[in-house]
Amino acid sequence: MSFPLLTATAALPAIGAIATAAVPAARRNAAKALALFFSLATLVLAIVILVRFDPDGDRYQLTESRSWIAEFGVRYELGVDGIAVALIALTALLIPFIILAGWHDADPLETGNKRWRPTQGFFALILAVEAMVIISFEATDVFLFYIFFEAMLIPMYFLIGGFGDRAHEHGEETAATQRSYAAVKFLLYNLAGGLIMLAAVIGLYVVAGNFSLTEIAEARANGSLDMATNTERWLFLGFFFAFAVKAPLWPLHTWLPNAMGESTTPVAVLITAVVDKVGTFAMLRFCLQLFPEASKWATPAILVLAVISIIYGALLAVGQRDIKRLVAYASISHFGFIIMGIFAMTSQGQSGATLYMVNHGISTAALMLVAGFLISRRGSRLIADYGGVQKVAPVLAGTFLIGGLATLSLPGLAPFVSEFLVLAGTFSRYPVIGIIATFGIVLAALYTLVLYQRTMTGPVKPEVAAMPDLRARELLVVAPLIVVLIFLGVYPKPVTDIVDPAVKQTLSDVHKKDPQPEVEAAK
Amino acid sequence: MSTAVVHSLWTTAADPISKIGAPKIEYAQLAPTLIVVGAAVVGILVEAFVPRRSRYYAQLFLSVVALVAAFAAVVALAADGYGTTKAHIAAMGAIAVDGPALFLQGTILLSALVGLFTFAERRLDPEAHGSRVDSFAAQAASVPGSDSEKAAVKAGFTTTEVFPLLLFAVAGMLVFPAANDLLTLFIALEVFSLPLYLLCALARRKRLLSQEAAVKYFLLGSFASAFTLFGIALLYGYAGSVSYATIAQVVDGTVTNVSPALADTMGNDVLLLIGAAMIVMGLLFKVGAVPFHMWTPDVYQGAPTPVTGFMAAATKVAAFGALLRILYVVLPGLRWDWRPVMWGVAVVTMLGGAIVAITQTDIKRLLAYSSIAHAGFILAGVIATTPDGVSSVLFYLAAYSFVTIGAFAVVTLVRDAGGEATHLSKWAGLGRRSPLVAAVFAVFLLAFAGIPLTSGFAGKFAVFKAAAEGGAAPLVVVGVISSAIAAFFYIRVIVLMFFSEPRPEGPTVAVPSPLTMTTIGVGVAVTLVLGVAPQYFLDLASQAGVFVR
Repeated sequence: MSFPLLTATAALPAIGAIATAAVPAARRNAAKALALFFSLATLVLAIVILVRFDPDGDRYQLTESRSWIAEFGVRYELGVDGIAVALIALTALLIPFIILAGWHDADPLETGNKRWRPTQGFFALILAVEAMVIISFEATDVFLFYIFFEAMLIPMYFLIGGFGDRAHEHGEETAATQRSYAAVKFLLYNLAGGLIMLAAVIGLYVVAGNFSLTEIAEARANGSLDMATNTERWLFLGFFFAFAVKAPLWPLHTWLPNAMGESTTPVAVLITAVVDKVGTFAMLRFCLQLFPEASKWATPAILVLAVISIIYGALLAVGQRDIKRLVAYASISHFGFIIMGIFAMTSQGQSGATLYMVNHGISTAALMLVAGFLISRRGSRLIADYGGVQKVAPVLAGTFLIGGLATLSLPGLAPFVSEFLVLAGTFSRYPVIGIIATFGIVLAALYTLVLYQRTMTGPVKPEVAAMPDLRARELLVVAPLIVVLIFLGVYPKPVTDIVDPAVKQTLSDVHKKDPQPEVEAAK
Repeated sequence: MSTAVVHSLWTTAADPISKIGAPKIEYAQLAPTLIVVGAAVVGILVEAFVPRRSRYYAQLFLSVVALVAAFAAVVALAADGYGTTKAHIAAMGAIAVDGPALFLQGTILLSALVGLFTFAERRLDPEAHGSRVDSFAAQAASVPGSDSEKAAVKAGFTTTEVFPLLLFAVAGMLVFPAANDLLTLFIALEVFSLPLYLLCALARRKRLLSQEAAVKYFLLGSFASAFTLFGIALLYGYAGSVSYATIAQVVDGTVTNVSPALADTMGNDVLLLIGAAMIVMGLLFKVGAVPFHMWTPDVYQGAPTPVTGFMAAATKVAAFGALLRILYVVLPGLRWDWRPVMWGVAVVTMLGGAIVAITQTDIKRLLAYSSIAHAGFILAGVIATTPDGVSSVLFYLAAYSFVTIGAFAVVTLVRDAGGEATHLSKWAGLGRRSPLVAAVFAVFLLAFAGIPLTSGFAGKFAVFKAAAEGGAAPLVVVGVISSAIAAFFYIRVIVLMFFSEPRPEGPTVAVPSPLTMTTIGVGVAVTLVLGVAPQYFLDLASQAGVFVR
């Protein structure tokens, strides 16, 4: 049997999590280094997957299959298609930066307590989340996916509730209350979504008799597994609900601003750039493949919700006074674009959506991490507390601007390509929806540039006058991300090459063809 | 008129004495129960004859040996095929030796063993006048607060009677799910209930609360027993027999020889429905299903915590075993009548337990309501009426009992000056002071909440799957909704432990002896193993999922 590459990629961060958690309290820095080492090793394995993956080969590659819980018809089945490969690469790429950015975020305030090891816990939890996210991208067994989709909530919950910004404008006690509120809200929303999905997972088993994505999808395609229309729709809704909470889609989004606002910036990046991607990814992989007819049935409603997300998220971002909440609402708007791209049911739209997931991860990480550096310097998340930063910290301001421009999809930066593809793909089938969504871009320009203007330009506020510029560690976090953004903005072909065949296959599952003339024009 | 004819007017000739054979008892197959009963009797002799200072060790040794030996006997019987191919009814029709019985007996014995370790824990309470004491009253008979109590404490007395009491309770529980006629069922019910009533009253601290709990439990339990007994009488009137098999035949209408004495009542459906309902009510009382749950919070709170843990786990296992056997062996012909009722009970139990638990401020009461909600989940599996339903319930019970005992064992560790600090507000910031204990408790709470990779999820999935396949999809939806509600209060405790600042006057975490550590360790290990690799145990449960009749 060949080397189980996919298992290894997921297991490595899990082992890293255990190792990091076991480091004694006094050896904080060793724990950090260990965590960074494991995240880099995982990145190496992710690159190996990327290299070994053949875009023109089988649909699922590097597959592994072992018996696991025969009683439930559950197998340990892994396999990656192009979409999964791209997202695994994104995850493995971002985690080292997240760890590096959060280097000092979990240093204990009190050093007297020998048993309390927040630093070790922080980095171990991040690695645990990475392991679970990677295995959810790899799982081709619905049950296996579900297990990690749900289990992921627990480390995330501790990351949100247990660690906050060092300085808080309302004092530590309020911060702790708000943090635990945000953590509970996060968990309850996602758990409710997950439990509804559990009912649907059980329903799927009763109908299909097993959990194998490939088998069920095949049986659905060749007609040997017939679902009653209503059954299929209910099951689809059960799955979609969970993914829409995770993604998040309006009106299930309200946990995200709280969670991102109250957690430390690296954790906020982890939520929006990595964990939430599992939701949109699962829509592509599970909703469309398992329930093609119901997906088509639900498309109009989902598109409307996606457009509402785009406009609503952008409008609320414009009105935010808090930098992190602003980015959170901007993300809601972006997730609207991703979901719109998926359910436009065109290859452009879905390639764009997948590319969007990758680009959004990188651009949000860049913007948010720089914002985190900014916040940690001043000890406030309020936009009004800043002004004229570019005069005292030009590098910080410059990187912040690039991150912001990527968020508003400036041509030349990666998100532009994906946003263009999503809009073009949507427009070819649903012109009205496409036109409304375009206003989201205008609003994005508004909230990003106003944010930049208020914080970075103008007279230098006395509180920020002594603000140091980016340190070497911080630059090390931001610079590579910006390089990737520019590279993918100019030359997105490596990613689209991997993604496209997988998208074509997904689309053929739902028996949808691209509207002919538009595709020709785009080519 | 001859003498003989006159004589036959008011007498009938008896069968010659020689025709009554000695009852045939398969001692080897009843070994698990016999070992435990025997040890319990020896335990009483130990109380009478062994000097006070060596009683504790003698009793502990005896109990551990008995439970281990009984478990070995169960394993030997199962390995010999009594769970599957050689399943049959032993002891003149009184006891079934089959898969579900052996599986549940094994579960009860193991949970009793780990529960026993918390009974024997003597390092948590501060030493009283130089001698180590456990969680039980120095002298049960002394009035709380009286001089005789003070004298007993000063003398360093401990109630070592708890060990034989535990063994008697275990013996009753072993028979309860295996009982194959209604009288054996009733005897077993009383044999395990009475020691539990006593054990509930024996707390060392907060004795009045403990005694109140015991009285409540005793009174309500007696009502339930009375109902059960009345139901048994009615069913006897209906079927002319207390044997499960015969009653089932009468229900199915396949019995031919009608006993003349009962010709008037036999086959009367009113008797059947009322009788069955009353027996099932008695059993639902024991499992703590709504609306027969009223005793649960008070008793769980008042009883000494080791007893609560043992009772919460083992009683539930035994009572669900008996309930399954009644519904699947005696009343399958009646399932169109009992299923709708049980649907209703399951729905209100799941929702009621979960909703009321939200408002609780005491950790033991919270776990009590959580156990009610779990009874509802298990009922969903019972309602499936498929072999999968049986095996899913068996698996759930095994998973649940270890989580429960472990969780209550952790509760015994968190203490302040007044003994165990069970008020939730005192648990604030526990994660800062004692990360390990808090983490372990969090694992148990996550298992209760049914988070994947814990045994709670595997169990919940099993029963919900069985229910869905058995055509009870709406029940699954209700179950899922109540799980979401229940998750709220489990998570609230985690929030309190990890995200709240510790209070300056907060409780301390006592360092236990290896006994309690074993209990907690086994609890965590089983929770994680059944969560990650449940395959072997699911197989076992599904092999054991067939009742003999």
